[in-house]
Amino acid sequence: MADPMKIRAQMKGDSAEIRVLMSHPMETGQRKDNAGNVVPAHFIQSITVDVGGKRVIQGQTGPAISRNPVFGFKVKGAKAGDKVVINWVDNKGDKRTDEATIS
Amino acid sequence: MDALRRTLIKGAGATGAIAAAMAAGVLKPSQVLAAEYNRTAFEAKDVAGALKGVGAGSTTESKDIVIRAPDIAENGAVVPVDVVSNIPNTISLAVLVDKNPAPLTSAFDFANGAVAEMALRVKMGQTSMVEAIAKTSDGKYFIAKKEVKVTVGGCGG
Repeated sequence: MADPMKIRAQMKGDSAEIRVLMSHPMETGQRKDNAGNVVPAHFIQSITVDVGGKRVIQGQTGPAISRNPVFGFKVKGAKAGDKVVINWVDNKGDKRTDEATIS
Repeated sequence: MDALRRTLIKGAGATGAIAAAMAAGVLKPSQVLAAEYNRTAFEAKDVAGALKGVGAGSTTESKDIVIRAPDIAENGAVVPVDVVSNIPNTISLAVLVDKNPAPLTSAFDFANGAVAEMALRVKMGQTSMVEAIAKTSDGKYFIAKKEVKVTVGGCGG
């Protein structure tokens, strides 16, 4: 199981700014280790963000996202106290769901 | 053998049921969780292939998509890219790096108040154009580009 995400969700004006840091190696499948063996691809493929029980963002990512991915999003109409639930799934079927509250 | 055949038939029936439910408007595509990973788009080796994979046949250049990225990135492994689409009714954004082995980095859909704006960090193998594609709710695709020079590549090694 991967480490928990760090999620920060804050109201800025009429929208909520959500930033998330995911802990993931994001191996491309092209890198070689010191012994010259190819490191198998291991990267997040799918991300969803729910705010206040509604799906606001969903997306797919490839191996070209940097290691320990950081994403920033903005959601209008959200309010302080709403729950933010973020989920990712990687190409090996590992997944992680974490939540935070908008402040 | 027979058991396998049964399973296949059952599988086909289930898929059919989902398709029927979607057609009837019971399930909106956005509510179907765990959408199939778009392998075609993410594994495409060139921009044209990636665009085709995400369904963007033709794109119009637009100044209303703003890409904020460094002119020169010292470390290609972590290049911060911010994309904002000021085109009304933008429902999806995708970011591509032209000269990466597979150009498509990510594609996101926005709904229920999410602003067509995202910040991410991408890997870049070498100096390249960074492209942002915005899709509007009427199915049009817009594109903007920005060159980022890379001094140390972020792929391989």
